[in-house]
Amino acid sequence: MVSLLKSVINNVLRKPETRCYPVERRAPFAGSRGHVEMDPSTCTFCGVCARKCPANALTVSKDPRSWTLEPYKCIVCGYCADICPKKSISMNPNHGLPGGI
Amino acid sequence: MPGSKSIIPFGPQHPVFPEPLQLRLVLEDEKVVEALPAIGYVHRGIEKLAEKKEYTQNIFLVERICGICSFMHALAYCQGIEMLMDVTVPDRARYLRVIWSELHRLHSHLLWLGLLADSFGFESLFMQSWRSREAVMDIMEATAGGRVIISTCIIGGVRRDISEELMAEVLKTVDVLERDLEIIRPVVFDDYSVKQRLVGTGRITSEQAYDLGSVGPVARACGIARDFRETGYAAYKEIKVTPVTETGGDAYARARVRIREMYQSIDIVRQAVRDIPAGDIAVPARGNPEGEVISRVEQPRGEVIYYIKGDGTKNLERLRVRTPTFANMAPLLTMLPGCELANVPVIVLSIDPCISCTER
Repeated sequence: MVSLLKSVINNVLRKPETRCYPVERRAPFAGSRGHVEMDPSTCTFCGVCARKCPANALTVSKDPRSWTLEPYKCIVCGYCADICPKKSISMNPNHGLPGGI
Repeated sequence: MPGSKSIIPFGPQHPVFPEPLQLRLVLEDEKVVEALPAIGYVHRGIEKLAEKKEYTQNIFLVERICGICSFMHALAYCQGIEMLMDVTVPDRARYLRVIWSELHRLHSHLLWLGLLADSFGFESLFMQSWRSREAVMDIMEATAGGRVIISTCIIGGVRRDISEELMAEVLKTVDVLERDLEIIRPVVFDDYSVKQRLVGTGRITSEQAYDLGSVGPVARACGIARDFRETGYAAYKEIKVTPVTETGGDAYARARVRIREMYQSIDIVRQAVRDIPAGDIAVPARGNPEGEVISRVEQPRGEVIYYIKGDGTKNLERLRVRTPTFANMAPLLTMLPGCELANVPVIVLSIDPCISCTER
């Protein structure tokens, strides 16, 4: 009975564990793999990322210069960011909306 | 009409099942006399797909076999490839692998506890254990970048290091978890209503468990002291693990094994954080795997077996995975006959089934 009373008082006084999303959003952790970002100013369009992508989500062509990420295929593993020779690809910790970039 | 049999399809969609599995239950009144399983609802052809991808890309593929023990799938795969290619993993990477493995075990067992509580209608325990699980999810995202599929294991080591500050966060998280477990443990171990539903439910003997090839907590709840971590892969060479065993062989014993394993995992994380050496986190692996190897790892549900055959090209010739739930299917079908229909969800959840693992 005493422990029950303690739980009841605790529950009344405690703040809720949940967050009022989307009004209140948690800031992403620094190293979180939110979504892929590419910096076109340093990219040489070598295509290493497209060849190594485990989900075949990337298409790169040298002529005409293009770099396309298919958001529905991307598994956000961050492997492209690891292997990019020019470090043009990086992971932004903010999560994109589902299916969008 | 007394004595007549009827067949009730249990699943593939059922409120207590997190994943689709069908059990055709042959009933005599309310008593189960036979259970016929039907699987194949979440088969994705991962083993075949693994032959088409490069062996480095397969790490991300095998992680997706199971959402809950994803890191251990990648670990088993990477250890197999490392054995084929004679790669020695740096010490720091071995310890980091252990830390992430044990964090995965913690969140897997907390998830299971919630599902088990849900199966006998104990909703507040379900909510509380999943609330505690969020702490592990958060530390996983902070250290590895993903909540569940963390993608940190690579051939030759790991992709990310955990900094000193984050190590302190890891310790803080396991402290919080231990405090939460101190509240949860007496509820599962001593509560009258919980014991009414769990004690004696789905009992199998030690001989049956051994003969049917059960693994993990199902075997350990029957007193079989078998835990693959004892053999010392990754940093378990330095961090000694004693298998947690119980002798009941019923759902209650399996619950006790898993709760005690969570305490054990907390201890292992603390030891690993304390003893982790400085140094590199990965060595480059050059060349392609050639030959065949069997790699085994202890997952939260039991022992997973990876058979990898490489032919010297960047594609594997064959990848075969035997997951723990598949091994625990036969014991499950032995537990079910003789039980009441109302106890079927409890018994099924007591083996902690992972159907996606089973079907790949």
